[in-house]
Amino acid sequence: MYSFEPNEEQQMLIDAVSRYAEDLREAAEEAEEHARFPEGLVEKGWEMGVLQASIPEVYGGFGDYSSVTGVLAAEELAYGDLPAALAVMTPNLFVLPILLAGSEVQKERFIPPVIEMEWKAYTAALIEPIFNFDPTELKTTAVADGDDFVISGKKTYVPYAKDAEMMIVYANVNGVTQGFIVPAGAEGLTVGEENKLMSMHALLQYDLELVNVRVPAENRLGGDFRAVLAASHVGLAALAIGVAKASLDYAINYAKDREVFGVKVAQKQAMAFMMAEMAMEIESTRMLTWEAAWKLDTEKEDAYKSAYLAATSAIDMVMMVTDRGVQILGGHGYIREHPVERWMRNGRGFATFTGLAIV
Amino acid sequence: MTIEFETPKPIAQQQYVLKTVADNMMRPYSRYFDENEHEIPWDYINFMHQAMKASGAGSLAPKDKKKEDPNKPKRPPIGYQMLAHMLEILSWGDTGMYLITPGGGLGAAAVQSAGTTEQKKKFLARFMGEKPTFAAMCMTEADAGSDTSKIRANAVLDEESNEWVLNGEKIFVTAGDKALTEYEESGQGFIVVWATIDPEAGRAGMRSFVVEAGTPGVKVMKMEHKLGIRASDTVTIVLQDARVPFENILGKSTVEKTTKGFKGAMATFDATRPLVAAMGIGVARAALEFVQEKLAEEGVEIRYGKPRNTLTSIERDVIDMEVMVRSAWLVTLKAVWMADNRKSNALEASMSKVKAGDVGPKVTQKAIEILGPLGYSREFLLEKWFRDAKITDIYEGTGQINRLVVARNLLGYRGSQLR
Repeated sequence: MYSFEPNEEQQMLIDAVSRYAEDLREAAEEAEEHARFPEGLVEKGWEMGVLQASIPEVYGGFGDYSSVTGVLAAEELAYGDLPAALAVMTPNLFVLPILLAGSEVQKERFIPPVIEMEWKAYTAALIEPIFNFDPTELKTTAVADGDDFVISGKKTYVPYAKDAEMMIVYANVNGVTQGFIVPAGAEGLTVGEENKLMSMHALLQYDLELVNVRVPAENRLGGDFRAVLAASHVGLAALAIGVAKASLDYAINYAKDREVFGVKVAQKQAMAFMMAEMAMEIESTRMLTWEAAWKLDTEKEDAYKSAYLAATSAIDMVMMVTDRGVQILGGHGYIREHPVERWMRNGRGFATFTGLAIV
Repeated sequence: MTIEFETPKPIAQQQYVLKTVADNMMRPYSRYFDENEHEIPWDYINFMHQAMKASGAGSLAPKDKKKEDPNKPKRPPIGYQMLAHMLEILSWGDTGMYLITPGGGLGAAAVQSAGTTEQKKKFLARFMGEKPTFAAMCMTEADAGSDTSKIRANAVLDEESNEWVLNGEKIFVTAGDKALTEYEESGQGFIVVWATIDPEAGRAGMRSFVVEAGTPGVKVMKMEHKLGIRASDTVTIVLQDARVPFENILGKSTVEKTTKGFKGAMATFDATRPLVAAMGIGVARAALEFVQEKLAEEGVEIRYGKPRNTLTSIERDVIDMEVMVRSAWLVTLKAVWMADNRKSNALEASMSKVKAGDVGPKVTQKAIEILGPLGYSREFLLEKWFRDAKITDIYEGTGQINRLVVARNLLGYRGSQLR
């Protein structure tokens, strides 16, 4: 059967997250300018329990993993503020890959401590500082040595690396990408400079250097990395939809309020058509993302490909929509008093953000 | 409710059957009926008529309601979803040929949506008869395209004989020739003519009338030569004092000072626009699959999963085409799902139509570009699909008219606020 309506439980979650997203929206401008979230904001989001609700009870959670539910929540969070959404979801980067690609022992050992506590920095390192970075052909290597793996390489865009208790580091094992659970303070692991990026200033991200970092073989996530990558593709697509929708809604309100040549800006076809196309592209990506998430949940054969197509669609869509969001406000769109320029800076990042969000 | 994308079984079965039809009855003849415009693919028509009759799908007439078994779980309605899938795959076969599938098309759809039970019985049962039968919709006039309020065809009631007397000239009537002049070889079809019963009343005076084949004063004057969909006839029809019985009017015979009646008629489009979108997507999918097959033959691999900035130009193009076709299809699916579930879908219906009107031409253009000299050649069907695809952006409301509908719904504007 085809059906396009969230179930009751999902709708309740959407409503709750969207109320919290209002707080995020309110805090977003200052957070960006001062590169800091207000006290307790991220923790409050964590306490809503979106991740906890997608982890089975045996691992300390109180629900079942659902990619569809994950993308619905992610869209709402990003509608509030993208960097705050990513901050709230940072522990996902540690927990979900273990759930998707880890062994039973790893799940029982590593997931409950994260899930049962307050928000703490558990993170992951995937992206590498090179223009043709490719998650399926990493430069960082892990070489088997006795009962250990020895990891070497450089990483960047690692959220909260400085405060992290533990992280997953992705490395190339004979041409295949695999995750390794690495404790903070491991010998040879150096947290480097804070990354200075075009947007998301409050989400602290760092460079990382690994020189012969030794981890026991039992810390290797032996499952299929493509499952993790797919969860990142649909997660990012959902976040992109949230950012784009924020920009469209803002532009609509502005265009319906401001007068030009005796009518509202929105009453000009040239403007109205732009907004119609923005809405259509958002809806297109949303449908692709929902379908991909549903395919992941139901383990369809082409689920990974669908997730990739959703992410591809999202990258172009969010740039197109957020660019137009600025354009519709004209000169005012370029001024930082309005959020549309910030969303445009967010929007350009989605082609780069692989692995920064997992649902 | 839930979020789900599983194709219902009856639809999957129908898809399987129609794929065979497309492969065997359409594709092998596509080129011939493109190059021999105005010839009629009777083999396909007769085959489809028999097949639809056998499956009971040939008629839109109201069926006697089956007694409901209280023990059986109620299944959600999937009628429009089924239709969208059927039209998509038949258009994947050949859009031009699909458009002259007997069964009544838009003409029958108009009776189905605006007619009384009596009218439905009278006019729709014929599609299940011995011979393949056609119906057509006559709306457009030389000076009235998207702006239907400018329609000048008129109907005057002759109170003595209790007949409507119709006068006017209609253009761009799809399958009009088959509905009117081929009826000796086929069953007796009809056209549904839009005309005003009160020229002063504007849209409030607009009505549609069933005019049966053989009615004196009705003539097919001209058959167009088109860019694509050449297997389907597009004709001009002239009505000169054509008389039809009083009861052939669809809707009220009196004029009120509201446009409610007209709006009701326009609501038909909310149901048919996603179906037209589905047709355009069928053509786009045909082109996409052709390119994928050719590239695979040549050993060109598309590396899904790689970052965009590391892909080749061809990889990016093919992936983008796939994104376009799939997303347009899902938007369309949502629109027909809403129609089936009686949710108001004016926004989604027009969205799907705009998307399909964009995606069809874009994907087929790109397909030709990618395959270079092969793409442009008439040896293959790509160049034909490119010509066929463009019609999706035009009929059933141009891309621009549908953008206007989307914008009005999105912005909460009435027609007077966003012209």
